[in-house]
Parts: sequence; structure tokens; C-alpha cells
Amino acid sequence: MRGESWQTAEIPGPKKAHVITDPRIVASLIKRSSRPILVVGGEADEAVVNYAIELSKAVGIPIATTPSTLKAFSDKGFKEAHPFSAVEIGERLRDPDWEGLDGSGQYDLALFIGFKYYVSWLILSGLKHFAKRGDGYLTTISLDPYYQPHASWSLPNLTRERWEENINGVLQHLRR
Amino acid sequence: MRQDDRDQVEILLVEHLVEKYGRETPINVGEDAVEIDMPVTTLVTGVKPKTLGDLEMVLDYCEEQLTHLLSCCHTGMEGNNLDFESKVFHAGMIDQVGMEIADAAQISAYGFPRADPEAPFTEIGWGVVDTSKPVILVIGHNVPPAVEIVNYLIDHQLYGQVEVAGICCTAHDITRYNAGAKIIGPISWQLRFVRSGIPDVIVVDEQCIRTNLIMEAMKIGAPFIAASEKCCHGLPDRTHDDPDAIVEDLVSGKAPGALILDPDKVGEVAVRVAMEIAPKRRKSGILPSREEVVEWAKRCRRCLECRRACPNDLPIPEALEKAAKGDLSALEALYEDCIGCVRCESACPQGIPIHSLIASAARERMASERFKIRVGRGAVQDVEIRRVGGPIVLGEIPGVVALVGCANYPRGGIEVAEIAEEFARRNYIVVATGCAAMSMAMVKDEEGQTIYEKYPGVFDAGGVLNIGSCVSNPHIAGAAIKIARIFAKRNLRANYEEIADYVLNRVGAVGVAWGAMSQKAASIASGFWRLGVPVIVGPHGLKYRRMLLGRREREEDWYVYDARTGERVYVGPAPEHLFYAAETKEEAMVMIAKLVMRPSDTTKGRAIKLTHWIDLHKRFYGCLPDDLHLYVRRKADIPITMRDEIMKFLEEKGWQERPIPDPTLLKRLIRG
Ligand code: SF4
Ligand code: SF4
Repeated sequence: MRGESWQTAEIPGPKKAHVITDPRIVASLIKRSSRPILVVGGEADEAVVNYAIELSKAVGIPIATTPSTLKAFSDKGFKEAHPFSAVEIGERLRDPDWEGLDGSGQYDLALFIGFKYYVSWLILSGLKHFAKRGDGYLTTISLDPYYQPHASWSLPNLTRERWEENINGVLQHLRR
Repeated sequence: MRQDDRDQVEILLVEHLVEKYGRETPINVGEDAVEIDMPVTTLVTGVKPKTLGDLEMVLDYCEEQLTHLLSCCHTGMEGNNLDFESKVFHAGMIDQVGMEIADAAQISAYGFPRADPEAPFTEIGWGVVDTSKPVILVIGHNVPPAVEIVNYLIDHQLYGQVEVAGICCTAHDITRYNAGAKIIGPISWQLRFVRSGIPDVIVVDEQCIRTNLIMEAMKIGAPFIAASEKCCHGLPDRTHDDPDAIVEDLVSGKAPGALILDPDKVGEVAVRVAMEIAPKRRKSGILPSREEVVEWAKRCRRCLECRRACPNDLPIPEALEKAAKGDLSALEALYEDCIGCVRCESACPQGIPIHSLIASAARERMASERFKIRVGRGAVQDVEIRRVGGPIVLGEIPGVVALVGCANYPRGGIEVAEIAEEFARRNYIVVATGCAAMSMAMVKDEEGQTIYEKYPGVFDAGGVLNIGSCVSNPHIAGAAIKIARIFAKRNLRANYEEIADYVLNRVGAVGVAWGAMSQKAASIASGFWRLGVPVIVGPHGLKYRRMLLGRREREEDWYVYDARTGERVYVGPAPEHLFYAAETKEEAMVMIAKLVMRPSDTTKGRAIKLTHWIDLHKRFYGCLPDDLHLYVRRKADIPITMRDEIMKFLEEKGWQERPIPDPTLLKRLIRG
């Protein structure tokens, strides 16, 4: 089911996400980015929260998380997650003039994880059309186990086991 | 455009009522307890309708505005997004007028409860129908045909011999007419109930009807009567035929259904057909037996197509895997979250009737669905407003929470009940309409009581009010408007801008459409935004693809005039958003508590509102809100019990006290 929307009603337009066929792609996109951000959604379970923390620690990516997941981060002793709901962070990533979580300006790469399928589908759709960055648009990556056609890059539809392999692969390559 | 559709409902309803009851029938939505019968209409148009006939003039105005709005929809009319948004606001406002006309007309002509906090109880749920009797199921949003069914039963001494049960807003309205009628449930109960075979005749008027319902009716051998010219289902027009001939054709099965555009005739035909056909049909439905469910489940190939088609991503293949081994518990567990759309069945290459399997697995649970709901009370009384207007504007009643809209819930109707109960317990005023008002009733506590039995139906702190159907929503807007009139003595006639400014800055009301994803819910929400009432929708509401979001960090966005001095004063982001989609019910609850804060809150009122917001924030998110400093204006705003913790937080943020103005966005209202 590569490159197909997980929820069949969510039909994308002609411009569809590149499928992440190798975790190295994600690692290299992150390494090449000057201002990446990780956005965590309201469906994040413990594995997602753990992964987000690892990712943040590995390369210093800041985290914006939906407030309902904030507690899961603080329960693990991770205090640096910034609370923004899905629509609030979506609106800020759209705005080229947003000052960012640290006041140093906009991001050039946003990674999404832990979302209900149709929620990130719609947020990513909005960003694809409206998040201007210079002459182009914000680069987005979906790390959930579903193909998200509106991201710039997305994992395909995956079983839980295959998804974990991919995620661990990203971490390994980032740490190298 | 959606508003146009509904305007047509109002026109037909008013035409029918004028014809039947006369142009001189007085408008009366609340006897002596209500002085301003139609606050929205008066506010928008300056007109105070006194009779049914007067409504025609207001409808003409609505039609003219809608015609202009339609011309705005032509290609090349939107060079800027504000062009579009302004039309949405306007259409939403006109829609509120149209809905108010419809409800005022039907309350006045049919004698629905008139602003009655003690509106009678009726029953809701699958299990409330006496299946030993003929059952007529009414579905839709335009009640005259259902009313005439009840009238025919009464006039022919048949009342009590036939069950009249409804789905969607016609159900609300028929129980407002006669509390002996029953409510099956929200829109999403349509197919499961029809497939059970319990209805003997199905009568549809308009809106929220499954487009293939006639086919489903044919499968259970229940004649289908369409009663609106806007929704004919391809049926032959029998309006002018002899009722005997129509009854004969429907009972014999010669015709599967009929279009009858005369509500009186619908009443007669539906009752006679139900009585004649019930003994023959014996309620035969198409829900499979337990054994058949297992057999169907064995045919599943685990291709996942059903799950991928399901809007709630329900784990159907996993449930079927268990069912194939004889364990139906996982299928039954899907019942609560299933919205009855049947997309899964269309997707299944094996032709498995998945929704029927779920309903069958939950058969016992469905049959035991039996709850109590107050019928829609209609408007809010002036005396109630007099009592609560002050406490609401000062902030001492922390807010009004309006639960409205459809049943496209992400995780079942129980979440609506939980939201309602949380805020009723906290002494907010909880009002509800439409499918949300039904879903709230469909949960019982340990003592077996529903929320309507536990909380009083008064518009006061801790009240839980079923206002009525979707067209009753303007009574909620009307309550906010009447606060400005009665408490603050503001002029209403054609004074929309000033009153919206008043509501936005002073009346802590928030709408919640947790299952929103219909045109109707969007339209109702737009009417509330324009009046200054923020609306929160559930995650499916994101599919509207537009939100009205504020940015709390942009200080310059949150200034108002102090009407006393003309000075520009920072008041914080209150309310921060006008249209907001929450991913989870917890997020919605914290956001409700946040969005009820208004610049005019007194320190005492703000302290109460902050207490609830912080409490919910801590419970669900485990910490203080990181933007708390934007909502504390004076030390006196700080809830006493949290003083030390909050002062420490404020110091870290470099917070300083600031003035509390007499807030307005309108320069012309500056007095000083
Ligand atoms: S009928 Fe229920 S299970 Fe089937 S697709 Fe709709 S919500 Fe999902
Ligand atoms: S679509 Fe049909 S065959 Fe495929 S998994 Fe669902 S029920 Fe089974």
C-alpha cells in the first residue's frame, strides 16, 4: 500500500509526498536542515513519546506537543516540550514571520508524529499550500505508520513492527 | 449554499402554518415570561414580529440577502480571504434569523413548550419503543407531517395504539408537540434502527436523511413516505390521490413508497398503513442472528479496506477475526464509536454487512437503551436572564456552554455527556440542541439517572437545558442578546454591531459542536461567531478546512478601548479563538474553560473562571497553563487557594498588574 492514503476518503491532489523507503532519507533531511522542529499529536502513545525524546536528545530538535501529551513528556522527566495544539502549531508553522519556540525565527523542516490520520492529513495539507518559505514551502515529514500524501516526505502504510524498525533506523543514522 | 437550503425549510414551514392557523396567529414563545419574542430578528432587522403573518416580511429580507450571497458565489468574487469570511459571517447571521422564524412559528402555532424550565420528560433510545404496536418512524427536520400523524391518531381515538418515534430534529420537535412521542436517537441511529425491522412505516421530511433509505426500507418491507418537495426520493407524486388508493398500494406492496406533499394526508396514510401492515410484517428485519454473524465473519479476508474506509478508523478486521471464532465482544465494542455511515460495507469486497454485524452483536445493549430526556424547552425567560445576566457578565457564573450539532463523534456520544456533566457540576450553564442534546441523555450514572434528571432545566448555574432542535439554536444566541438588553439596557433594534461587541467582550458563552461535520453545524457556528461567541468543534470539524484562530503571543492584537476614557488597553487574548478544532475531549474541556474568559470579568469573576481553567489544565495536562500570565490582570484575579503557586509563576514571567477597562472595540461607544 505504498503511496496510498491510509483512509481512502482522504484523496490527495496531484502533488503527493515522496515515500520514505529508507530511514537514512529522514536522517539526512534532518541533518541538512538548519531549523527543524518535531510536532507531536494527541494520539501519541508511550512509544511515540519515547521516540520523540530520543530524537530530540540525539540532534537537539525542539518539540511542540499537543497539550494533552505534555504530561507524558513531563512524567518522563522531559521538560522541554512546548505545548501547542494541532491547529495552533499548524497556524504558526504557516506564518513565515512566526518567531519560533525560542524566538529565533521560523523552521525549515517540520516532522509530524502521533496524530490521528485525518488531523495531520489536514494540517499538512494546509502547510503544503500556505507555509511559504522564501521561494518555496516548508518541508514536512510524516513519521506516523501511515502514508500522508500532503507531507513532503512520508512513511508508507506500515505494520507496527515495520514502523518501529524504520523509526529505530532513523535514530541510528542520526547518531552516526 | 447551505443557508439557502434552510431558509427554504423556514419558508415552507411558515407557509404551511399560515395556511393552517391563519396570518393573525400571535407569536408567543414564552407567554408573559418573555417580552422579546424574537431577539435575533429584532437585532438584525429592527422588526418585532407580532403575528405569523409578520414573519413573511422578515423572510423576504432573508431571501433578498441570500440572493445577494448567492451572487457573491460567482467566479471572481473573492480577491482576498476576508471577502469570503465576511460573506460567511453574513450568511450565518441571516441563518440565525431564519431559524428563529421557524422555531417561533412552530412554538406559536403548535403550542410547543414556551420557555419552560419544567418542560416534560420523554423517552429516548432504541428500547423505548413498544414493539407490540405498529411503529411509525419519522426522520428529518420539518415537523408538520409528524404533527399530523399525531393529530390523526388523536382525532381517530387511536392515540396510544401506534408508536410514533423519531430520529434527528423531527424527533425533538414531535416530542415538543406531544411528549408521548419518542426519540430513537441522533442521525447515526438511522440504519441500525431501520435494519432492526421495528419501523412499519418510514416518513421522511427533509435534511439528514440517508440518501438510500428507501432501499433500506424496501429490504424490511416498510412503506416509505416522502413528505417534502425538496426530497422526493424519485417517488411518484400522490399528493392529490385518494388516500384509500395510496394505502392500498403501500400495504399490498404494489408501490414501495409515495410522495405526499400534504401533511394532513401524510398523517392519515401513515397511520392507516402502519396499522394494516404491522400484523403482516411482524417486525421482520435484516439484522443477522448470532450464528449468521459468525458465518459472515468467516468470510473476511483481512484486506483492511473496511477499516481504511471508516471515518473513525475502527478496527473492524480485528473484531471480525475474533467473531469468526465465536467471540462477538470486539464487534460489540465498536457499537459505541460507530457513526452508522456504512462506508465499511461499500468498501468490503466480500459484501459483508458490517454495520449490521456490529448492530447485531450489540443487540442486547441496543434493546436496553432507554433514557430520560426533557423535551426542548425553547427560549430562555426574561426573568431567568434578570437573575443570571449580572453574574454572567461579571463572571461569577463562569460561563454558558452550548453543546450543539450532529453525531459525527470521534469516540461516541458519551464524550458529549462527559463534557456536559463536567461543566454542569462546575456550575456553568449547560444548554444543548439537536443531536448533541440527545447524545447527552444517552448515558446513565450509577443510580440510573441521566443528566437531564440530575440537573434542573433552568437557565441558571448548574442547569442543563434541552433547548430543542437545530432551529432552536437562536434561543441560545437570543439569551446572550437579551443579557445586553435586560441587564445592560442596550437598544436591540437593528443594533447588531453594538450587541456583538457587547457579547464578545462580556458574555462568557462558548459553543461546542463535538460531532460537527455537516453544513448545518457550520452554518450555525458562523452565526455564533458573528455574534461574538467562540465555537469549538471535534477533530472531524477540521475537515471544514478553516478555523478562526487568534495568536496569544501577538500583544498588539489584544487591545480594546476603555469606554470610560477612550484609552487603548491590553486585555489579554480573551477570547483567544473564534473557531477551534480540538483533537480530544480533554483538549476541548480545557479550551471551553479558557474561552469563557472575557475582558469585562470582575476580579471575583475572573478568579472563578481561572480556578476552573487551571484545575482542568492541571488535571489533564499536569501543569499550570504557560500563558496564564496573559489572563491575570490584577492580584485580585488570582484564586486564593492557588495564590502562592501562581504568584511564583507570574514573577518568573515578569508579570505586572494592569487595569480592567470597560471594554469595547467600537470607538463610537467611548463616553469620556
Ligand atoms: S458504519 Fe461504523 S464501522 Fe462502518 S465505516 Fe461507518 S463508522 Fe466505521
Ligand atoms: S473489507 Fe471485508 S474482507 Fe476486507 S477486512 Fe473488511 S470485512 Fe474483511
